[in-house]
Amino acid sequence: MAANSSGGGSSDRQRTARQRLSVIAGHLQRPADGDVAVLAAECKAQEADVSGEEKTVPRRRQEIMKWNGWGYSDSRFLFNKKGQAEFTGKRYRLSGMIIPGLKDWFESTFGASLQHKTPATPILNSSAVPPPTLNEALVEELKSTSIPFSHDAEDRVFRAHGHCLHEIFALREGKLGRVPDMVVWPNCHNDVVKIVELACKHNVCLIPYGGGTSVSSALECPREETRSIVSLDTSQMNRILWIDEKNLTAHVEAGIVGQDLERLLNESGYCTGHEPDSMEFSSLGGWVATRASGMKKNIYGNIEDLVVHVKMVTPRGVIEKSCQGPRMSTGPDIHHFIMGSEGTLGVVTEVTMKIRPMPEYQKYGSVVFPNFEQGVACLREVAKQRCAPASIRLMDNEQFKFGHALKPQVSSIFTSFLDGLKKFYITKFKGFDPNHLCVATLLFEGDRERVLQHEKQVYDIAAKFGGLAAGEDNGQRGYMLTFVIAYLRDLGMDYYVIGESFETSVPWDRVLDICRNVKARIVRECKDKGVQFPPLSTCRVTQTYDAGACVYFYFAFNYRGLSDPVHVYEQVEHAAREEILANGGSLSHHHGVGKLRKEWMRETVSDVGIGMLKSVKDYVDPNNIFGNRNLL
Amino acid sequence: MPTPLKIPSCQQRHAAGLMEDETWVDLLKEKKDGCDLSHACRPFNPQTYSGASHCTTAELNAAVLESHFLHRVATEVAMETGVTVKEVKEEARSILEEMSQNLQLGFVRLMGFVLTKVLKRIFTGVFFNMDGLNTLQQAVKENPVILMPNHRSYVDFLVISYILFTYDIPLPVIAAGIPLAGMSIVGEILRRSGAFFIRRSIGSDKLYWAVLSEYVRSIVRGGFAPVEFYVEGLRSRTLKSLTPKLGMMQMVLEPYFKSEVFDITLVPISISYDRVLEESLLVHELLGVPKPKESTAGLLKASRVLQEDYGSMHVNFGRPLSVRQLCEGRINRGHYNLIPRCRTHVDLVQSPTAQEQACVSWIAHRVVRLQEQGSLLGPWPLMACLLLRAPAAVLTGEGLPWRQLREETLWLRRLALDFGALLKFPGQWNNVCCLFSVSDLHRSVVQRKEGRIYLVEEERDIPRKHPLSPEEGVLRTAAPLLMLAAYQNQCLHIFVRPAMLAVAARIAGSTQRDELLAAFCFLQVVFSNEFIFVPGRSHQDFEEACSLLEKCGAVQADRQEVTVAPGGQEVFSFLQELLQPFIHSYQVPRSPFQVLTEKHFLPTVRNKATNLILSGDLGTYEALSSDTQKNALSALRRLEAATKLRNEYKVNLAAVRRIGDALCEWLDRNTFIVLKVLFITASNGSLKAFFFSSLSL
Repeated sequence: MAANSSGGGSSDRQRTARQRLSVIAGHLQRPADGDVAVLAAECKAQEADVSGEEKTVPRRRQEIMKWNGWGYSDSRFLFNKKGQAEFTGKRYRLSGMIIPGLKDWFESTFGASLQHKTPATPILNSSAVPPPTLNEALVEELKSTSIPFSHDAEDRVFRAHGHCLHEIFALREGKLGRVPDMVVWPNCHNDVVKIVELACKHNVCLIPYGGGTSVSSALECPREETRSIVSLDTSQMNRILWIDEKNLTAHVEAGIVGQDLERLLNESGYCTGHEPDSMEFSSLGGWVATRASGMKKNIYGNIEDLVVHVKMVTPRGVIEKSCQGPRMSTGPDIHHFIMGSEGTLGVVTEVTMKIRPMPEYQKYGSVVFPNFEQGVACLREVAKQRCAPASIRLMDNEQFKFGHALKPQVSSIFTSFLDGLKKFYITKFKGFDPNHLCVATLLFEGDRERVLQHEKQVYDIAAKFGGLAAGEDNGQRGYMLTFVIAYLRDLGMDYYVIGESFETSVPWDRVLDICRNVKARIVRECKDKGVQFPPLSTCRVTQTYDAGACVYFYFAFNYRGLSDPVHVYEQVEHAAREEILANGGSLSHHHGVGKLRKEWMRETVSDVGIGMLKSVKDYVDPNNIFGNRNLL
Repeated sequence: MPTPLKIPSCQQRHAAGLMEDETWVDLLKEKKDGCDLSHACRPFNPQTYSGASHCTTAELNAAVLESHFLHRVATEVAMETGVTVKEVKEEARSILEEMSQNLQLGFVRLMGFVLTKVLKRIFTGVFFNMDGLNTLQQAVKENPVILMPNHRSYVDFLVISYILFTYDIPLPVIAAGIPLAGMSIVGEILRRSGAFFIRRSIGSDKLYWAVLSEYVRSIVRGGFAPVEFYVEGLRSRTLKSLTPKLGMMQMVLEPYFKSEVFDITLVPISISYDRVLEESLLVHELLGVPKPKESTAGLLKASRVLQEDYGSMHVNFGRPLSVRQLCEGRINRGHYNLIPRCRTHVDLVQSPTAQEQACVSWIAHRVVRLQEQGSLLGPWPLMACLLLRAPAAVLTGEGLPWRQLREETLWLRRLALDFGALLKFPGQWNNVCCLFSVSDLHRSVVQRKEGRIYLVEEERDIPRKHPLSPEEGVLRTAAPLLMLAAYQNQCLHIFVRPAMLAVAARIAGSTQRDELLAAFCFLQVVFSNEFIFVPGRSHQDFEEACSLLEKCGAVQADRQEVTVAPGGQEVFSFLQELLQPFIHSYQVPRSPFQVLTEKHFLPTVRNKATNLILSGDLGTYEALSSDTQKNALSALRRLEAATKLRNEYKVNLAAVRRIGDALCEWLDRNTFIVLKVLFITASNGSLKAFFFSSLSL
């Protein structure tokens, strides 16, 4: 579910859209083997007349996005003077609304208090940013290419981090580590080729930067890097180059962010259906480089199922396949060297992706289960019968309560009466224990008739496991939570609460064990590490597969009384990951490894596996130009 | 009759601040709800494990029978034996029926009522530590709990359930031997009080193993109830801790190894008695009189033992152990990641992984050690040590001066305290009537007459028609001596490490640390069935022995050397003498045979020992104890001096000859022989070959 972004005037947007459509139409009329020179010329033309403000992601991101928190500057949670929580801005459904239950939930869950604030440093102090180490020869040559670049402090700081807790925490405190020395904004594939050539020639370190939503420390500049570090921001390579309606594919520049891709395709009646939770900001190239997964993968597939063709620029040259055959038996699939390479081998510049006609009908839904065990059993059965809806997610009891606390103020007495009735029915009449019940949220897509049929099938299965249908609203609110939860972390950090989510994938018969053990481990570790208040330790099953599921953990605690909260946080997260691995969970389902999890890579893929990956790296990038040191 | 510590004011004063600030509560006195009947009917609202899946006994059994694991094993067994799966499952059902408990609160109440009556009759007090119970109360809420008491008497069996009942802690299900189930009525009552029954020799019965292990795992996994089992496997007839049995231990730990639970809490429980109900029964079993079959009639007959006084009983709930913490760095749970959950390594490769096996054994040994350390000792075990130093003829003949015994007991009390023993009211031992009452309590073994103390030789039930044969005479003396030895065994764990160092010093004939350590390790290998040593901790045990001896001023230790301190000789020779009987007993089975069948082993050895005692070549009656003989045989097998072929034991002549020459001289008690132990440690670390050479001092 994309946020209803309304950034920029609507007339402007319509103009841009019309312009884009005509460009696309132009592509479609051209022969399929479109001339590269023509495309390149078009890149330049666009750059000449489109100013940064009209794109979702401008070059100077800090103009619309927070430099030390999640998302848009105008959207944030705060406790107003009455002590009520509200969400500012106009972009989201929740924007401008009062959330009456949040304060109580927040205070009782974390033992936090509105009296104890930990505000962030409001403005970046540019003088605190270390001066850039520039490679003068490179700078000179770059100037002659007319590729825009900058060594402005704000630009560099913005690209020095992802969204791990420790990264944001440090920014809020105004602490800066190593930051890139320069940012470049290539406009198209050829620009990237030039930049990589120059980087090789002058031996500088390149770190590709897409949406900046990494949660694996992948964007952190390695401390040991002594060369000049250039952040390669792909955000200006954001065009759909062509749509092929016969084969249902689209050829897209890799810097495009999810919401733009979806919006533009929607304008022509298509979608990719790839909707990771970060899709407002994360980019196509980033998805490919981390093996991303979207919430509707049950219908559309994960990124590896969606990609038909990829072009990546490496220090050895450009790697791509010669055709667009839907499947090949040509040795190991080279796409799998690219997907998950996490910026260590090159920059993904263009991707051909599958597209689908937009679904005729969408319907949310939810099911309440008496307990988590029953919920998991139901999801397993749904997966067994291979009838999973576009999305099916199961929240545990703590998250159910959390979701409840996020209910906006109800507008009418009637609604609140209905809510009361529902609650009475479930807890009193059906005898569900409010401290054990959990809820699954559902999203169905397709043509109307089939959706309704599908819905019935799923609800019938749920009924076998004691599940009760709990309405569309609950379902929709569940998905909305996904997009605002990252904003909520910033609110918590204003009041001594820090937290993060992490994920894994695990065989079905281990789902319950891993959920219980990891949550318990978090609680125990917090206690051992001197955290004064019980932490929030909760999980949800977010994806189902034939042979297992993806499980998400949320973990947050009140750090009052701790001298080094981030260190405590990291120790607990480390322990939680150890627990995941001991319970047969994977190192990551879709967040990737980055630098945060690379210590476990060897045990994850075996010595030989590491050797294989190393030898690929050694061949493709012998001088470690792509030196972000992720993965290996 | 004065009973020990029965000075109420005194007792209460000490009960408050007995040891390490622990509060001991007398179950028989401190009952909250007045009379026994109303106590038995008290409301019972235990706080259970938070993750427990609440199910009934029938649901539990059904879940076990329907489990994937059992289904798979049943299919395999059906394939192997050629019967249908249905038949195998039917057999599984009957196994489970025979095995499963049927815990019913009503029966616990009934048992509680009867038990109080019985306990009140035989004991002056049943004490338990309130702190331990409070910790347990917390622990049961957090994780599945395993209660691990030692087993010294049949009385143990339901006392723990009864204490838990009194303090609103979930009642345990208890692993018991199948013979108990065979007792009419009683078996059923036990079953309904939470006992489940395990066959004694399961051998390679795959289906039985499968049912049992799935049953136990289900209880642990689902937090159905705390599981109580005796890690020593059986009641110790020598009152000494037994080498732990690992099968049950493995089963209760497996849910953690497989990450099916977050953690498991083990609670070692030490039960100690002033006087054990079965004392004479035990001794007769050791001397080869067969153990009477457990039967209800037998139980009723045995009720005459209820006429006597048995002092008090102490139940010490140890500090809960987290299996998760114990396993840290020992178990890689990730090993299970690549096999389906319904399988275990056990059935994939026929035996648990070496890592797992080592960990299970280590944990089991640790628990037994903790049980030992938690046992509360009165003066009697120490007195038994001292009495046994005197030759049997002296004890039965002129007796020992009481005064001397009393002073030595007080001396030994100090040594025991130095070694960290948990003693009962040690402050009161100086009190004249204290030790008097102790000897009175044990008048079946000793009697005090005119300032001297004598051994009570066994009376014969049947009036004597003909004079005693010499062999019968030996047995007559052996019974009370073995009883004394059993009571001594209660406190041996305190002294055994320093004692082994003392003996090692003699064997090694050196003061060099490394040589002492080598000899110490050798002795540990020889006596590892006799005493509990946590595997892989020889070095720490050695260091512990050094530091204890240093603490009591018996040795001076530095980095290179451990030397006897001036004035330490007294402690040293006491300790050496303490192990003497074991060393002597171990030589008997080594001497005369080459090939023996299993059946003939014990009688042959017993005869040999009797002859040696009669001829005066052997001074220790403990050689007559079947447990000692079996332990010695195990030691021989471990040292590869004997091998078992089907039902026969074959002796490795070469090895025995090597050991033999030296050991024969040990039998000569007139001179002390120092055994120089040289051994080659094979590359795998196990002791492969021993060379003994003897040097006369």
